[in-house]
Amino acid sequence: MKKMDMKLLTRGAEAAVYLGDWFGEEAVFKVREPKQYRHPVLDSKIRRLRTLHEASFIAEARRLGVATPLIYFVDQERGEIVMQFLHGRRLKEIINDDVGSGADAVERWCREVGRYVARLHLGRIIHGDLTTSNFIVVGDRLALIDFGLAFYSTRLEDRAVDLHLLDMVAESAHHRVAERVTGAVLEGYREVMGEAEAEKVLRQLKEVERRGRYKKQVD
Amino acid sequence: MAAPVLSKALKDAGVKISDVDAVAFSQGPGLGPCLRVGAVVARSVSAYYGKPLIPVNHAIAHIELAAMLTGASDPLVLLVSGGHTVITAFAARRWRVFGETLDLTVGQMIDQFGRAAGYASPFGWEFEALSNKSNVLLDLPYTVKGNDVSFSGLLTASKRLLAERRGLEDVCFSLRETGFAMLAEVVERALAFTEKKEVLIAGGVAANLRLREMLTQICEVHGAKLLAVPREYSGDCGAQIAWNGLQGLEAGVRIDVEKSSVKQAWRLDQVDIAWRR
Repeated sequence: MKKMDMKLLTRGAEAAVYLGDWFGEEAVFKVREPKQYRHPVLDSKIRRLRTLHEASFIAEARRLGVATPLIYFVDQERGEIVMQFLHGRRLKEIINDDVGSGADAVERWCREVGRYVARLHLGRIIHGDLTTSNFIVVGDRLALIDFGLAFYSTRLEDRAVDLHLLDMVAESAHHRVAERVTGAVLEGYREVMGEAEAEKVLRQLKEVERRGRYKKQVD
Repeated sequence: MAAPVLSKALKDAGVKISDVDAVAFSQGPGLGPCLRVGAVVARSVSAYYGKPLIPVNHAIAHIELAAMLTGASDPLVLLVSGGHTVITAFAARRWRVFGETLDLTVGQMIDQFGRAAGYASPFGWEFEALSNKSNVLLDLPYTVKGNDVSFSGLLTASKRLLAERRGLEDVCFSLRETGFAMLAEVVERALAFTEKKEVLIAGGVAANLRLREMLTQICEVHGAKLLAVPREYSGDCGAQIAWNGLQGLEAGVRIDVEKSSVKQAWRLDQVDIAWRR
């Protein structure tokens, strides 16, 4: 892939994302570039593993009813995945636009977030990086990206930590609407997970937060 | 014990108790017995001399002193010590948490590993010296969950390597490379997310040069500047409480004695902050 023909979309912490051409189709080239700060052996291990994981989990999530980009090509050695380009906006921006506007975009999309997470969990998948930057609103559909930290597990603990990350994002990046975000996510989660199973996960979530180093306290 | 310490502090500073405007104390987070000793002394001095009592969150005190000393204005902060491992930035009246440890702090991990190897705590300096003598990377678990890290598995696996009689220097090196890379990764993620232009490293582990080197490399990629707390103020110290107490005093923060019981696990993002915008 010649990088000069491609436009850099974002350089995140995990990878650089380019927009380019893949046999006539607009495509995203996600490249896990070597990290200078990491020991080369550790760096290569992490990049190879996450590239492979990401590609397979993206495909599997789609089978579970979670919209994800189509994978066109994977190059594990270079840490590169070529995938479908989604014309949309990050949920993070949509939530921030909604603040104060009185619209119900937060509820609408966050409920769908909850449903997506539940579908993954029922399908034995933990996403591992549920932030509002990783949900993309494409037209009237929600898509989920960035499966580099995903893994298989049915443990309550892992499910709870997955949701805990979303809570943290709500409180840090969307503090003005944090309760609306988490409320809607849980609503969607219960709907798909079922009341009894969702309740178990939420109890474990409280345990995760209780066990954490710093705890919320009531004075 | 408290009286001679206070007398010496006043003498060294060249002031009298009548020059003191207020009494600040660490209300948390921390170990209960230690916090309670400080709180009892602070309450007594405050009541006896009629000085206002000002509660300080020690995690925030670490950050505020480091920010003042380095001139940081709006940093992403990595606070790393025996008591803390948290990534935070200020927004809308509070220090917001962007990532933290799910179990041990990085300082605890290093100290507990040191004790398993027969060293007294704190193990930080020996840990760095031993790590610098090796370049053999042994396989250890690397646990990043979103923006959070978990060190318990890494500690257990490192102790196991020791039990298997692998060289201490190699295990230290591997523990350092793996554990600090985890921290560096979550800092980079928070930096990409918040798009801050300063990264401030505070707390005792901020003194580690390899950690600073990793963070410097990340800052270069993201066009940010790394600021590190000066070593003499990186560990727990009275200057942290005093400076943050002064900020609180000027912003009108006070506490009644009846409400001043200590909070061992007080989250920094639960504190409304009046002195920053």
